[in-house]
Amino acid sequence: MKHIIPKITFWRVVAVIIIVAGLYSTYLRFTGGLGASTNLSDEFPWGLWIGFDILVGVGLAAGGFTICAITHIFNIEKYKSLARPAILTAFLGYLLVIFGLMYDLGKPYNIWHAIIYWNPRSVMFEVAWCVMLYTTVLFLEFLPIPLEKFGMKKLLSFMKKIGIPIMITGVILSTLHQSSLGSLFLIVPQKMYPLWYSSLLPVYFFISAVGAGLTMVIFEAYLSARAFNKGIEADLLSRIGLYSVIVLMLGLVIKLIDFALTDKIHLLFTINNYTLLFYLEILVGTFVPFGLLIQKRIRENRRWLYASAIMVISGFLLNRLNVSITSITPGAGIKYFPSIYEISVTLMLVTLGMWAFKIIAKNFPVFSTEMHYENRDYELEQKVSESKV
Amino acid sequence: MIKQKAILFDATLCAGCGECYNACKEANHLPETSDDFLKDHLSANTYTVLEEYVDVYTRKLCMHCVDPTCVSVCPVGAMEKTELGPVIYDGDKCLGCRYCMQACPHHIPRYEWSKVNPKVKKCIMCYDRVKNGEQTACAEACPTGATIFGDRDELIKIAKERLASDPETYYQHIYGLEEAGGTNVLIISPVPFDQLGFAVNLPKEALPTYTAKALEKIPGVVAGGGVFLAAMYWLTKRKNQIAAEEKQNKIKSFSGEEK
Repeated sequence: MKHIIPKITFWRVVAVIIIVAGLYSTYLRFTGGLGASTNLSDEFPWGLWIGFDILVGVGLAAGGFTICAITHIFNIEKYKSLARPAILTAFLGYLLVIFGLMYDLGKPYNIWHAIIYWNPRSVMFEVAWCVMLYTTVLFLEFLPIPLEKFGMKKLLSFMKKIGIPIMITGVILSTLHQSSLGSLFLIVPQKMYPLWYSSLLPVYFFISAVGAGLTMVIFEAYLSARAFNKGIEADLLSRIGLYSVIVLMLGLVIKLIDFALTDKIHLLFTINNYTLLFYLEILVGTFVPFGLLIQKRIRENRRWLYASAIMVISGFLLNRLNVSITSITPGAGIKYFPSIYEISVTLMLVTLGMWAFKIIAKNFPVFSTEMHYENRDYELEQKVSESKV
Repeated sequence: MIKQKAILFDATLCAGCGECYNACKEANHLPETSDDFLKDHLSANTYTVLEEYVDVYTRKLCMHCVDPTCVSVCPVGAMEKTELGPVIYDGDKCLGCRYCMQACPHHIPRYEWSKVNPKVKKCIMCYDRVKNGEQTACAEACPTGATIFGDRDELIKIAKERLASDPETYYQHIYGLEEAGGTNVLIISPVPFDQLGFAVNLPKEALPTYTAKALEKIPGVVAGGGVFLAAMYWLTKRKNQIAAEEKQNKIKSFSGEEK
């Protein structure tokens, strides 16, 4: 407890301003309703809080299940040091998604109704169950981190036994959830601009989430290295960067084949704002980072690697906003741009997420692997300590 | 089997008097929203409107789809297609996700945006009256017979007869016969329907079939994914074990040779 008053830095001031603004918007939202706080309307019922807080939030949490599958199910052990930061991101990401839902749902206090009133024909029903179940799974995957910190060996030994079934459940739930967010839009073929509408939307959502989720690990490693000198080996990160752009490129190739098969190629040569946003999305999110990271020299350069990760994440963000907002054309002259209150709530969520990540990464065994429970045999240790007595 | 009820609106007969609009407001206890009903639009307080196009009046109201998109997308089943035909809503179940509004091909559901406890609002085809064997308030109020209420089969027959007997007057299409799987509100008109602001780019298939195609893959993903992942876990783990054992053996034999 050396510093009781925290040091004033530029980012801390920004964070405080964002949180104060977010709290004011929160007050508006819960006293005046969605009408007072958002630019949503009968013509445009879904906006930034769905497009960013839910679609981007869940998508960028995909690193959690991807890295888990690589390290714990496919047993490629050298990536194990990436698992915990990825799980922590995913867990915080999902908590923020639920937090964000509280703002967006008209009747947030009825959120639990999805448990008792079932409609299996609804993609939203699937989404609701995936959020509930996968958040539980993420909690269980995250649990060993605090358990280790506080040395609760019995529980850790139990967690070790149920670890693999939990990881497998998590991968399946994530696959369903990532793709179902794309399926949400399958039902509005007549409302969406055809550059984004496709019967393959669930596949696109899954692939792009895997790619962008992986680059989140790079992004965080960079921030963590800056914040408290804890990082991940550069070699692992540059490989993850390479895999990420390969996955994204694969997604783009499928998309172009789909364009050719469904007679949409001409749309790529129609000059309008939609086409420009589409090009921006694939250039920033896929083409440029692919062109960069495919080169060994560049991906092994820390700065270029981080820059590419940020590009992928920005492209991903643009894609989700394009699908959920830009492409939706409910009628002539109807436009939506988020209100300052919607934006401030979203910024507050992002800030809270980064802040929580920082605190947990600083105080819990997230970036160090030596003491991880997977590598220890608690029963043996118990016996050893007993025999000593 | 119960016969599905429906509304037939014949734009050639409509005089634009606004009695349907007034009767709807009264039957649903909705507050006044506009001095001129022809300039009003659908809202949380207006379930049907009369719109004036060149020489033609048309009504807009919930189309009560045969396989309604709103019913299929609602995660908690707050929207319900009743056996009689009307699509009704239960505000106590609703979460407020507004997927019904986003997905409705006819842009019908409206929201109480200014309320802290908001509900979705739309025409429910006077379900309480229909249940008691009465007709809807709008059909009852219509003085010219432009809006009539009856069995869907009957009304389709009537519409077809009108189209056939007077091809000069009618544009040869019954809106709602096939749009997005068909609706329980049918409309016939002297002009093409895009000129009256109706969605004409709808597929003939009911929209819920689009998401059904994705949803029906879930069991396969769960079962196939589970088996695949478990097998991969077991295989890769065994592979690592064998590799580790071989390494051990090599070290052993190496140190044995040295001795």
